Amino acid sequence: MLKALLSEDYPRSRLLTALLVVIVAGLALAPFVFPGIRPLNTAATICVFIVLVASYDLLLGYTGIVSFAHTLFYGIGAYGVALALDAWPASWGAVALGTALGLALAMAIALLIGLFALRVQAIFFAMVTLAVASACLILASQLSGLTGGEDGLTYRVPHLLSPAFRLVDGKVLGVRLDGRIVSYYLLFLAAGALVLAMLRIVNSPFGRVLQAIRENPFRAEALGYRTAVYRTAATVAAAAAAALAGALMALWQKYTGPDTTLSLSIMIDILLMVVIGGMGTIYGAVVGATVFVLAKNYLQLLMAAAAGATAGLPLLPQLVSPDRWLLWLGILFVLSVYFFPSGIVGRLRGRGGEGGAPRG
Amino acid sequence: MITEPPVLSTEALTIRFGGHVAVDRVSCAFERGTLTAIVGPNGAGKTTYFNLISGQLRSSAGRVLLFGRDVTGLGAPRRARAGIGRAFQLTNLFPDLTVLENVRIAVQARHASGFDLWSLATRRRELIELAEHHLSRTGLLDRLDATAASLSHGDQRKLEVAVLLALESEVLMFDEPTAGMSVDEVPLVLDLIQEIKADRSKTILLVEHKMDVVRSLADRIIVLHNGALVAEGAPEAVIASDIVQQAYLGTAGSGAGAGHG
Ligand SMILES: Nc1ncnc2c1ncn2[C@@H]1O[C@H](COP(=O)(O)OP(=O)(O)OP(=O)(O)O)[C@@H](O)[C@H]1O
Ligand SMILES: [Mg+2]
Repeated sequence: MLKALLSEDYPRSRLLTALLVVIVAGLALAPFVFPGIRPLNTAATICVFIVLVASYDLLLGYTGIVSFAHTLFYGIGAYGVALALDAWPASWGAVALGTALGLALAMAIALLIGLFALRVQAIFFAMVTLAVASACLILASQLSGLTGGEDGLTYRVPHLLSPAFRLVDGKVLGVRLDGRIVSYYLLFLAAGALVLAMLRIVNSPFGRVLQAIRENPFRAEALGYRTAVYRTAATVAAAAAAALAGALMALWQKYTGPDTTLSLSIMIDILLMVVIGGMGTIYGAVVGATVFVLAKNYLQLLMAAAAGATAGLPLLPQLVSPDRWLLWLGILFVLSVYFFPSGIVGRLRGRGGEGGAPRG
Repeated sequence: MITEPPVLSTEALTIRFGGHVAVDRVSCAFERGTLTAIVGPNGAGKTTYFNLISGQLRSSAGRVLLFGRDVTGLGAPRRARAGIGRAFQLTNLFPDLTVLENVRIAVQARHASGFDLWSLATRRRELIELAEHHLSRTGLLDRLDATAASLSHGDQRKLEVAVLLALESEVLMFDEPTAGMSVDEVPLVLDLIQEIKADRSKTILLVEHKMDVVRSLADRIIVLHNGALVAEGAPEAVIASDIVQQAYLGTAGSGAGAGHG
């Protein structure tokens, strides 16, 4: 059972297994263990980002493709749901239609980018994705009649997911089982299914070809694999997963705007998460997204506390002032890349090199 | 009676790099079941000729025919799938993948399973068993889980051969397969080539500098010099000919160069 779920691709390290169990258990029980709006929001963000980062790992870590268009696909997925719920009354039909259209558009754009640009050099492909992503960001901001422009869209979600909904009367384990909780578990289960599906893909014969292409595209071609076709297929698969992550986020936040979906700063976050977690492992996405989202959400609180504690001392309070949180995050990132070039997962697996050597 | 076309042939195949003609109007046919040795001094254009046949380079002029079909316009992947298999002079593997995976991925290419997204690679036993078979032929069964990068040079050369075997192609092209191998490792590879040849169903092209090897394995020798085909014929006759004595043995010193780095 577990064997099939994990596609026989185990964490291969006691510490990593323990860490993953803690993360998954923490996310599964989040509404009960960490009650409150802010912790639940953090947990939901982690779930969505795990999917988003894992799908980016499919490209960067497994296939060796550098793309900056990943937030574009995420954004398209989110806007699909947002526009549908904005245009029609909140129903599951609208959610399904919006998700399907967003998914189809994301995959179509990925296919086009892949067909046109994946034959050329990697650096050129990266530039094309950056250009397309920036253009779409501007487009979303400009088409205010459709997308709400900079302000984005706020909409209602199906009754089952709205805070007014009650699953049962009264409280369970001290928590009211309202639509928020239902939304969270929808997110959690969907994210879990998507991550397991991606784990399956990277361990399939197709996934092995992607790794061969990452290692030596020239040799892969000599064996008969058309690298452009495989790279395009990987881009389309990754785009599909990213779009679904976007749709989930749109359902959770009941708001979709350019800053929360299409922005390039999210793209940078994704890059950091995949590198911190460990490229080419999928598990790295789980660890990287969790660590990063937690740091981003709680580093400021931690620093505020530290600033308060050191208030009397010279210089220190300024250094740990919450306004400097991005600086510290940057320092943490540089240190982690320096000391764990293969990411947390690579480090825990006790391997120096990057990537994973699949066992045949 | 309609005669069957040769398995592989080139017609006035030419490539220029800037002003330099690296392969110069080479026409040659390769018949099923034969082993043709390609000799010539360093820089003669042997590897470049191979690259033109297997599609790593596009020719400036001329044609490549496979079973009489023009494949000049096809890229390397299509030619590989059409039956042209290639081992490289400079070891060309998937460095971070295991020995088994290097061969398994070639078996998988042969069996056109690359677009299987849902089954598990570890569950496709038939592909793994074939890979292990080719690895046992090349004496690498005890290194299955090592990464290709961690192998000794000799073992990497053997792996390069195992990958070619795994393609089970009609045409097998070996580019100095034993270059840089230690003396006691060489027979294994030569015996393997001999074995494939004895089967008489494959078409083998072999670039080799060592004349004793060429003499014992080849059915025929072609000589390249400055990109042009300057001699062709039975091994003894060609090796004894003036043109080889001058062009090959003369220019390239002993002619036993182990290939450039
Ligand atoms: N991609 C390239 N661009 C420019 N020149 C090239 C290229 N490939 C090969 N050449 C040139 O073509 C000539 C033939 O090289 P090639 O590698 O085919 O020789 P070779 O016969 O295989 O020699 P060796 O015995 O040393 O392996 C050389 O002069 C080489 O510098
Ligand atoms: Mg050569």
